[in-house]
Amino acid sequence: MSHNFQKDISGCGLIGIINKDRTRISGSFVTKSLCLMRDRGNGLGAGYAAYGVYPKYKDLYAFHIMYDEPSAQRDTEEYLKKNYYIEKKEPMPTAPVEGIKIHPILYRYFVKPLSEKAERESAELEDDDFVVKTVMKINSEIDGAYVFSSGKDMAVFKGVGMPGEIARFFRIDEYEGYIWTGHTRFPTNTPGWWGGAHPFTLLDWSIVHNGEISSYGINKRYLEMYGYKLTLLTDTEVVAYLFDLLVRRHGLDVLTACTALAAPFWKNVDTMHDEEKEAMTALRVIYGSALLNGPFSILFGHKNGLVGFNDRIKLRPLVAATKGKTVYMASEESAIREICPSPEKIWSPRAGEPVIVELES
Amino acid sequence: MFRSLVLPEFLAKIDQVKCIRCKRCIQNCGWSVYSWSGDKVLIDTFKCVKCLRCYHYCPEEAIAILDNPVRYRNNANWGFYNIRNIKKQAETGGIPLTGMGSDMPYPVLFDSLLIDACQVTNPSIDPLREPMELRTYLGKKPAKLEFEKGKDGKQKLKTKMPPQIKLEMPFIFAPMSYGSISLNAQKTLAIAAKELGIVMNTGEGGLHEDIYPYRDNIIVQVASGRFGVNPDYLNAGVGVEIKIGQGAKPGIGGHLPGEKIPLDVAKTRMIPIGTDALSPAPQHDIYSIEDLRQLIFAIKEATDYAKPVSVKIAAVHNVAAIASGIVRAGADIVYIDGFRGGTGAAPSIIRDHLGIPIEHAIAAVDDRLRQEGIRNEASIIAAGGIRSSADAAKVIALGADAVALGTSALITMGCTVCGKCYTGNCSWGITTQKPELTVRLDPEVYSERLINMIHAWSHELKEILGALGINAVESLRGSRERLRGVGLDAQTLDILGIKPAGR
Repeated sequence: MSHNFQKDISGCGLIGIINKDRTRISGSFVTKSLCLMRDRGNGLGAGYAAYGVYPKYKDLYAFHIMYDEPSAQRDTEEYLKKNYYIEKKEPMPTAPVEGIKIHPILYRYFVKPLSEKAERESAELEDDDFVVKTVMKINSEIDGAYVFSSGKDMAVFKGVGMPGEIARFFRIDEYEGYIWTGHTRFPTNTPGWWGGAHPFTLLDWSIVHNGEISSYGINKRYLEMYGYKLTLLTDTEVVAYLFDLLVRRHGLDVLTACTALAAPFWKNVDTMHDEEKEAMTALRVIYGSALLNGPFSILFGHKNGLVGFNDRIKLRPLVAATKGKTVYMASEESAIREICPSPEKIWSPRAGEPVIVELES
Repeated sequence: MFRSLVLPEFLAKIDQVKCIRCKRCIQNCGWSVYSWSGDKVLIDTFKCVKCLRCYHYCPEEAIAILDNPVRYRNNANWGFYNIRNIKKQAETGGIPLTGMGSDMPYPVLFDSLLIDACQVTNPSIDPLREPMELRTYLGKKPAKLEFEKGKDGKQKLKTKMPPQIKLEMPFIFAPMSYGSISLNAQKTLAIAAKELGIVMNTGEGGLHEDIYPYRDNIIVQVASGRFGVNPDYLNAGVGVEIKIGQGAKPGIGGHLPGEKIPLDVAKTRMIPIGTDALSPAPQHDIYSIEDLRQLIFAIKEATDYAKPVSVKIAAVHNVAAIASGIVRAGADIVYIDGFRGGTGAAPSIIRDHLGIPIEHAIAAVDDRLRQEGIRNEASIIAAGGIRSSADAAKVIALGADAVALGTSALITMGCTVCGKCYTGNCSWGITTQKPELTVRLDPEVYSERLINMIHAWSHELKEILGALGINAVESLRGSRERLRGVGLDAQTLDILGIKPAGR
């Protein structure tokens, strides 16, 4: 077990858009909204997650990997070749941007674990579990290599720069997706490392987060007990992995998982009727170490939808709005009105109460 | 008669000008230090233990209890007690006994740990304005929960939860048996536990019928003497504890002298009046871990699997592996008692030289259970020298679920940690069975003081959580990232799993 903690302290701005009818929109919308929240970022990190952007390769895992050195790329690719069928490998499409002088080597790979399981390591694992293991292995064992996107038909673009610069660098406006999240960052103590920008992902889970996970120490140790390796020098990582553990591995539905992570207060549980009280008590007792404490607003994207939620006493802002089949969530109302001037409904979700939006099937 | 060469520790003095000859000191001293000469109070300072009962009950403030200024010649190697104990042993040939936790100056790691606080980037929380949650559940936790969809479309809990002990705050009272402490002292603990929503522990002395009504706030103990154990007893509380060892005297048994066994204690313990109650060093049906498993499950069978079973051990060098074995043997709670833990009676050579501190032990056990992926299988109780809510917060951050309080609870009843519990003369009526002494401890009065103290600690703990920017004790538990070490070497930091201050 690693005793090496490093917590990321930052303020931030968030935006999320979901089209429930799966209408794809360009990344330029989310960039426009994000750029408005200028005081919420200081140019030390910005990023985007998009779902539905790789329809051509939708059955393959899209790995986005950043490398500090060619040797890291060599080692990583050697491992991938041994264990994965690689449909396509290419440099990330980028454009020159004045503010971005230095950046890591960026590649993307469309892959799937070798179907002849005997040929790969850990042959007994299901594909998703094997991909998780791969991500943990590359991030923790190959120095200078970092997988920043590993889902199917979804993509993460992130780096050190202002949100507009990162958008232009990754040519965000050329991608179309039905769920988008964006993040601008105001770190106070973390070096300008590209991997430290949001979103954080694992498989198709993506997290953008404004706040500080004050319970990081125990959340991290709880996850380590289940084999997660926390390597990214940030507290936001725990949120992505907690969703992976609770939803994918433990089979909780998204609402129940959110209720575990931002649990109702005991004084409210005590007034519930017996059956609900028993369930809520059990949830709290079993998942106490997963409780996210401290100030946060979080947008959590996954292949079937988008979730926004706050800490238990709402110490960070979150606003939600709807218009037609589109739901918006952001740190500020102005960021929503920037791209949707007249929403049908706009509200501030209550502390600890998640806003759960699912795609129509 | 041979005159004792053992130097008295204390010098009791009476200001004869102030003294009004009321003789309260004579009545109050359980040690017969004072006697009446006909016109003034005489003092036998050899008997004084500095329990300060006389001092507090003298209406004229005429009494002073000083450390005896006469010491052996200064010597950095041969300290006062080294020389004194040898003289005592030369006179008696016996093993010097003592009570309470070790008073030796071993480093206290709690005093080298500092807790984090919020500034700017995360807001601190004011516990007077916002909810602050200390509720804690002790018992086995399944690794995950299963739900199923009900007819109304809502999620219904499918997993059957194992039994839990609910505590409104992460404190319990440490086991102290009826016999080692008075019935009034146990009643004080029981009343306070009920009022506070926590639990007391019977210790190894059975359960007096007066305490049975407090069944929702009792853990009953089964130890090597099996005193007072019967099916009703096992089912009389919310949990059962198997005592393997005690921090103050790891590896040795217990000895309650016959003088402390009058009728009521004898009845409760199910032994004859006036016989010494001997708890063997090992439990004679537990010579290995698989035997422990059998006892755990025998108790579970006897209690219909409705109560968590705790196993209490002393913190010894290999505590992490032992705790892991205990969890795998089926225990729902592991109670770990550090070497500074209290006792009613122990050989001072054992108390002062065996075991390890609770800080190291909890860190090692919590780490080990996590490495093995079984931390959820059992709750951890930390005990042994917890002096304040800060110590409690630190040991919770190191990984404990709850903290057991023995000495601190007794201090609210008047105890001054004089360490003479084993004599049965406690002037405060705590560690004695003499009716004229126990009557001094009114459970109604003293339970209020105990409740005050635990409330105060809870408020302090809430203030600490608020400063940390968290509003639930679960977010402190095992969150070592919120601790920093001051002046600790690299290896100790590694064992505790914390960073040095400044990092």
